[in-house]
Amino acid sequence: MIPLSSYLILGAIMFAISMAGIFINRKNVIILLMCVELMLLAVNINFIAFSHFLGDLAGQVFVFFILTVAAAEAAIGLAILVVLSRNHQTINVSELKNLEG
Amino acid sequence: MSFTEGVFYAFSAIMIMAALGVITARNPVHSALSLVLTFFATSAIWMLLEAEFLAITLVLVYVGAVMVLFLFVVMMLDINITRMREGFMRYVPFGIVIALILVVQMVMIVGPENFGLEQFAEPARHVADHSNTKELGRVLYTDYVYPFEIAAVILLVAIVAAISLTMRRRPETKYQTPGKQVMVKKEDRLRVVSMKAEEKEK
Repeated sequence: MIPLSSYLILGAIMFAISMAGIFINRKNVIILLMCVELMLLAVNINFIAFSHFLGDLAGQVFVFFILTVAAAEAAIGLAILVVLSRNHQTINVSELKNLEG
Repeated sequence: MSFTEGVFYAFSAIMIMAALGVITARNPVHSALSLVLTFFATSAIWMLLEAEFLAITLVLVYVGAVMVLFLFVVMMLDINITRMREGFMRYVPFGIVIALILVVQMVMIVGPENFGLEQFAEPARHVADHSNTKELGRVLYTDYVYPFEIAAVILLVAIVAAISLTMRRRPETKYQTPGKQVMVKKEDRLRVVSMKAEEKEK
């Protein structure tokens, strides 16, 4: 018998790990994109756990849509990354200051 | 400890280790491969939660498509790893502190005293011939058919955006320009030269 809290704590740990990943890998855009994927995964675990314990399929439908949008986001993000490295020969975040930001 | 508990803790441990590997690996290829392992472990956890369709979708779509895309891009780009990792150790303590605060705060809310077995009893397992895919499809094509169509459009937009972003004209490659081909006139290509007719040989 695994309580709902175990799944929620697992999701929380995954979310915290990906958050820490964004902090410590702040130079590398590829790792940042992977951390965003990890974050969405942590959220999806919560959705599916609640869907199972409340007996409601809406949670799983939501996860389905999150997967769709995350796939689209990964595709566009990587396309932007390829264009970026082609134009600037770098994907280092600290060297990308064309927008004077 | 029952069998399902063993499975849960084993795959949770794999998942957390692999996630730590994603954020600490020196080489981006290793992080991508760790992310694949994380997805596999997550799909096992989702199997425990009787979300079989989504578990298989995660493996097929993420491991099969998205992670391969990541690996392609990682290998295609020539990244200077040492430059990328400068400042890594400086931010590690900061990251650990943030993660710990986040975990402690969230566990205080979602911990066993609020979401334990007393509050949320374990639901009855479905019978063996229950089809999660069928149930999900029934809901998806009736109640959620409009969001489903929007998701399809989002994927189409993503395809068009990704292709149009990365497409470029190489100067060394020859292209046809259909517009110019259609607009061409007779005068552009044909030159009528008037010259004296040859004399008939005798």
